[in-house]
Amino acid sequence: MTTLTINGRSVTFDAPEDTPLLWVLRDVLGMTGTKFGCGIAQCGACTVHIDGKAVRSCMLSVGAVRDRPITTIEGIGASPVGAKVQKAWLDLEVIQCGYCQSGQIMSAAALLAATPNPDDSDIDAAMAGNICRCGTYVRIRAAIKQAASGRQS
Amino acid sequence: MTVSESNFETVSRRALLTGGLAGGFLLAFHLPVRALPANVPVQPVDDTAGKFAPNAFIRIDASGTTTLVMPQVEMGQGVYTSISMILAEELDADFSRVALEHAPPSDKLYGNPMFGIQATGNSNSIRAWWPHLRTAGAVARAMLVQAAARQWQVDPSGCTTANSEVMHKDSGRKLSYGELALAAGSEVPPKDVPLKDARDFVLIGKPLKRLDTPDKVNGKAVYGIDAILPNMKFATLKACPVFGGKVAKVDDSAAKKIPGVQKVVVADDFVAVVGDHMWAAKKGLDALVIDWNEGPNAHVSSADVWRDLRAASEKDGAVAKSVGDIAKGLATGDRLDAAYELPFLAHATMEPVNATVHLKPDSCEIWTGTQIMTRVQSAAAKAAGLPVEKVIVNNHLLGGGFGRKLEPDMVVSAVRIAKEVDGPVKVVWTREEDIQHDVYRPAYRDTISATLSDGKIVGWKYRVSGSAVMARWFPPGFQKGVDIDGVDSAIDMPYDIPNFHVEFMQAEPPAVPTGFWRGVGPNNNVFAIESFMDELAKKAGKDPIDFRRSMLGKNPRLLAALNLAAEKSGWGQPLPDRVGRGVCVQPSFASFIATVVEAEIDRLGEVKLRRITCAVDTGIAVNPDTVRAQLEGGLIFGLTAALYGDITVDKGRVQQSNFNDYRMLRIDQAPKIEVHVIKSGEAPGGIGETGATAGPPALRNAIYAATGVALRRLPIDRALIAAGRKT
Repeated sequence: MTTLTINGRSVTFDAPEDTPLLWVLRDVLGMTGTKFGCGIAQCGACTVHIDGKAVRSCMLSVGAVRDRPITTIEGIGASPVGAKVQKAWLDLEVIQCGYCQSGQIMSAAALLAATPNPDDSDIDAAMAGNICRCGTYVRIRAAIKQAASGRQS
Repeated sequence: MTVSESNFETVSRRALLTGGLAGGFLLAFHLPVRALPANVPVQPVDDTAGKFAPNAFIRIDASGTTTLVMPQVEMGQGVYTSISMILAEELDADFSRVALEHAPPSDKLYGNPMFGIQATGNSNSIRAWWPHLRTAGAVARAMLVQAAARQWQVDPSGCTTANSEVMHKDSGRKLSYGELALAAGSEVPPKDVPLKDARDFVLIGKPLKRLDTPDKVNGKAVYGIDAILPNMKFATLKACPVFGGKVAKVDDSAAKKIPGVQKVVVADDFVAVVGDHMWAAKKGLDALVIDWNEGPNAHVSSADVWRDLRAASEKDGAVAKSVGDIAKGLATGDRLDAAYELPFLAHATMEPVNATVHLKPDSCEIWTGTQIMTRVQSAAAKAAGLPVEKVIVNNHLLGGGFGRKLEPDMVVSAVRIAKEVDGPVKVVWTREEDIQHDVYRPAYRDTISATLSDGKIVGWKYRVSGSAVMARWFPPGFQKGVDIDGVDSAIDMPYDIPNFHVEFMQAEPPAVPTGFWRGVGPNNNVFAIESFMDELAKKAGKDPIDFRRSMLGKNPRLLAALNLAAEKSGWGQPLPDRVGRGVCVQPSFASFIATVVEAEIDRLGEVKLRRITCAVDTGIAVNPDTVRAQLEGGLIFGLTAALYGDITVDKGRVQQSNFNDYRMLRIDQAPKIEVHVIKSGEAPGGIGETGATAGPPALRNAIYAATGVALRRLPIDRALIAAGRKT
């Protein structure tokens, strides 16, 4: 049995310790907001927060998480910075297919939590691990800046 | 796998919410009803009891909720919102109270008017449905007006509508559509109902917020890969790495010892492992020892593909169009010849290929995201050995389509796996399987000969050689050796050329399956044509835009777009060393687009995208913000291919496997993109494919301008650029 703290709740389940967090979230706990994209930490679709930092859940075994708190896309709106990112994403109509956007939002929220006023190079560094096949990068950059400044579109 | 009490609430709630599925309910997600959690089953779309349901697209219940059934699928292109805007415009519905449902499979009710089948592709959703959806909305509105007028005993002509209400002008009386829903169902649909004048549009033409996006910021949006059913198992599969190869022998002894592995399914052409979750299935798959019969393709390499294609491209093709006297045209003036080559490409949708199937003795239910609802239904029926009417297909939001989901193969293999599983099974492909067993954008070779006289083109002979996707996918589109998609944007190229000849040469590659890819036929033709236009301009000693302008006299919409793009991009203004601007114009998908890419090329041949300017006349832009978004994203999609896209084959197998070796453009490489939407009263054009078509030639021409190196293949060859060889 493994116990994790996900979005503020304690969750206990039975899965091998080497199981990546991604598959526990999706297939064991039914939390499908976190997405599978590549399985090798190349695309960022599976990004969640551990201790507030963005990590790729497809290559992080649940055994390695231990008692550190996990935040997923289902819970990110509860934090002020997460809510600001979600709002900016909608205000600027960033999203197309949306499949990568859980990961994009998680990466952006972690960036803004650590760097409240990121410049373009900060955005590049924090977001280059997240692929968007629909090519919404221009709006992602603008939405991060809006979320940072609190400006309305 | 056991679930302990502390998370029982989550799981059981989830099971409860999806419990209706086991009973065979059609799963239709109410997208914009923001209060609802994900995966809530709602009533089937064909349950119209108690609702005003004047046609297949509109249902209004007594509460006034207007449910719109989407005949096209949402894969990011914003079509659910645009279709809703068209229906709601003519219906005069309150757009804030619109709910959406995915359509069930039915060519009769939801067949795309341009295809005749229920398919989403070729950037034609709005073009195909524009008159039909407007009429559907207008007829429904007229019936609601008739019902109100009957109740008030007034002439319907004295009534107006707005925001889901009918008003009687003289008396000021009002009735909501909800109040009228029951009565309107008894009204006779009027014939020849008038449509709105464009001046009276209140929704169309406005950059309205998308209806599908609020649930995409919080994890609630449900894609095919997110389907969850009670007692569901998870599977992943591996096909023979060599195209067409078969399974010879499988040793599953190690796999079966892995915790969570339930079953190994051995088919003739693939092996799947079924487990309690994807991780168990994947570990199980990795632990199998499989011997393959690699078959006749085991020797095929990219060199074979190109040798065959080059040889085929030297032969005469089938004539697709011929105007004037091509022999005379090519004998006049200065002649230039070139050949352009484009590689195989994978789709790499962010949502890997998947399908969930629950097969029972007398029925088959499917959860997936597909661009071809009815084909999936019939393919599943065939695989299951059931009549078509026993197959229920529940469509979902697509995590990207790009043409990959115009194929039913992932559903067929999932049905075959489901035959050996008791209960529902979700089959998810690994990214490696997704890349290595795609249906690829064909490799193409385009040969062009043209002659110049007085700075203008007088003869143009163009031959496209490659796979005829239409011959397989839509045989009526392949006639007398010509694939109508394969020559799209070539037979209707925008320039005024007196002697003009276009051929198609069908050349199917060995081993590699081919299919549609974003931009379809034009993504090949526009690249070759617009690349060659720059080479001709140079030969003529003209500026690339001036050269094009002089031959666009019969195409004022494209000329206007070109002039706007030239102005907004600062065309002609000085640039630093090794920075160039390149242009592309295209008449594709009934949209008229000019694009300027500005790029910097370093001494090693590496490219930095600086800025893109795009001007688009797509007729009436139903949602102009969606038009902008599609161009922005499509440009990135096309430029990704231009910079990196290359599927190669060795020993019959694809050499790329994941995003490490099938690279994508990322945010740190994305330039500023400006899209200027030109106001137009013309009928709407297509937009989803267009950016993918525009980016590569404009970049290629920017490299040409910056370095003088005339690239004739994609992806761009950095070594060739660095060598600085000029033509």
